Amino acid sequence: MAALLDVSDVVMRFGGVTAVGRVSFSVGQRSICGLIGPNGAGKTTLFNCISGIYRPSGGRIAFDGQEITGAPRHRMAGLGIGRTFQNVALFRTLSVRDNVLAGAHSRGGAGFVASALRLAPARREEAEAEGRLRPLLAMLDLASVAHVPVAALPFGTQKRVEMARALISGPKLLLLDEPAGGLNHGEVDGLASLLLDIRERFSLSILLVEHHMNLVMRVSDKVVALDFGKKIADGTPAEVRAEPEVIRAYLGEEAERHGRAA
Amino acid sequence: MAAEDAVPVEVVAAPARPDAPTDSLAWLAVPAMVLLAMAPAFLVESFRLFQLTSVVIYAVAILGLNIVTGYNGQISLGHGAFYAVGAYTTAILMASFGLPYWATLPVSAAVCGALGWGIGFPALRLGGLYLALTTFALAVAVPQVLKHDALETWTGGVQGVFIAKPDAPFGLPLSADQWMYLFTVAIAAAIFVLARNLLRSRIGRAMMAIRDQPTAAEAMGMDLAALKTRTFALSATITGVAGALSAVAVEFVSPDSFSVNLSITLFVGMIVGGVASIFGAVFGGLFVVFVPNLAEDIAGAAPGVLYGAILILFVFVLPTGFAGLLRRVAASARRTTATNDATPGR
Ligand SMILES: Nc1ncnc2c1ncn2[C@@H]1O[C@H](COP(=O)(O)OP(=O)(O)OP(=O)(O)O)[C@@H](O)[C@H]1O
Ligand SMILES: [Mg+2]
Repeated sequence: MAALLDVSDVVMRFGGVTAVGRVSFSVGQRSICGLIGPNGAGKTTLFNCISGIYRPSGGRIAFDGQEITGAPRHRMAGLGIGRTFQNVALFRTLSVRDNVLAGAHSRGGAGFVASALRLAPARREEAEAEGRLRPLLAMLDLASVAHVPVAALPFGTQKRVEMARALISGPKLLLLDEPAGGLNHGEVDGLASLLLDIRERFSLSILLVEHHMNLVMRVSDKVVALDFGKKIADGTPAEVRAEPEVIRAYLGEEAERHGRAA
Repeated sequence: MAAEDAVPVEVVAAPARPDAPTDSLAWLAVPAMVLLAMAPAFLVESFRLFQLTSVVIYAVAILGLNIVTGYNGQISLGHGAFYAVGAYTTAILMASFGLPYWATLPVSAAVCGALGWGIGFPALRLGGLYLALTTFALAVAVPQVLKHDALETWTGGVQGVFIAKPDAPFGLPLSADQWMYLFTVAIAAAIFVLARNLLRSRIGRAMMAIRDQPTAAEAMGMDLAALKTRTFALSATITGVAGALSAVAVEFVSPDSFSVNLSITLFVGMIVGGVASIFGAVFGGLFVVFVPNLAEDIAGAAPGVLYGAILILFVFVLPTGFAGLLRRVAASARRTTATNDATPGR
């Protein structure tokens, strides 16, 4: 089966800084790919290249058999790429429900006139979005806060809202930037099973940026490791964990920290 | 979390709850509101009725501004310009081309929509405060353009244009003032209903999403350029229709009626009524029509001082406008009934 996402030789420079340097990897259909690396390794930057927020300085990105390098940002959702943000980027004054419904924007087509006049196609679309909303709110345990403005919710809940907002569009690829950030131990366990569950239910692929090693190793089919913008490993979780460069760059750093703490 | 507040000027006020549960009583509320809105035509003397017509017209103009500034986060300090263009279009079509007043409304709407689109499109490149400045410049320029010699044949230069107030049609037993009031209320009601539908739809959510978090909005598939330009055009259209109605109601247009002050008045009305609130516009209209008069009656020599003081008081007492106050009252009433009935909140 052809890969769903194919990143080849992607480079991203900011002035003199090369945040991502010639990185290539692919994400298969219905698979979970972990993207790891120490702080500043270039994970978020690579994410932003894939989701179109940045136009790469070099290289190519293909999605679902189609080149998407430099495509307009607002096309990505329609193509089937959904995402969350590292620091949560919700529509803060809107309710949970409206945030999630806003995620369905790319599925609809009703314009100003059809919406103002509530023409049949606009009403049908709205009903369809509502129909997708309910099970999502239930699955992510958001039903009880559906009418609460998101700014009033705790961080962990906001992250689930972002997840629902990304899922309602029916993406083929879900980009998650540190979904475990700010969660406690039990919540991280819940997240692991949630991710596996989401993959099954929505038959999508996930590209998962995460510092939480246990989580990445547990759910990923494959792991890509970055350090200083370069790919240093690419393989199964076990292979990547055993890679000396990874141990040095990332796990080593953690081991050092543990050593110091002990 | 407050760290991501990159909006230079906080125009975002109350959380919008367009999905608040509606109950069956709402269906009774509609005819009740229609009756309530029509009643003054038969209860109030001529001058007061004219003032109420002005309130309704200002409410429409403020709604137009609120759509682009309150809901979409694009600050416009120049909406008086669209009001002026709407008013002049109607006045010229009536005086020079003999069109009936009602037939001029779609034309004024189209002219203002096109102008709004033309301003909104390049203005997209200018964020927040620069857009505010550009629209302000428009408001400064428009009265001068209207006075210009080249246009005098149609605009009447500094003299302006006089038009006749229309009589009630179909031989209805109504005075011209009564008819104008009812006509204005009908047009305003239609605009408010359409705006309400729109703001509760996919497009309205997109407007607010773009205001709150443009980067995420784009990632959800929202085309910022297209949506912002169309929102600006729609907003200009609505304010332009208000201007057109005002020309008919006042029976006269002149450049001095549309100075920069008008744009500021609309902005004040929006904030006092409630930013990002549909019906707040009605309170805004009441405020901008009656409070300056009130200030004049009370503090004859220095009405500006009193008006200013009242405004400042408002900012402190009602930081989310009248609409915000009503929302809070409604919320606490709901809470009280919920606890009294010991039923779970809906
Ligand atoms: N817009 C930008 N302009 C300049 N430099 C940037 C920009 N964005 C990222 N960088 C730099 O690129 C490098 C990679 O940053 P990036 O945010 O992608 O790292 P990351 O792997 O996501 O780190 P973290 O785990 O801390 O989130 C860093 O050195 C960062 O300073
Ligand atoms: Mg990052």
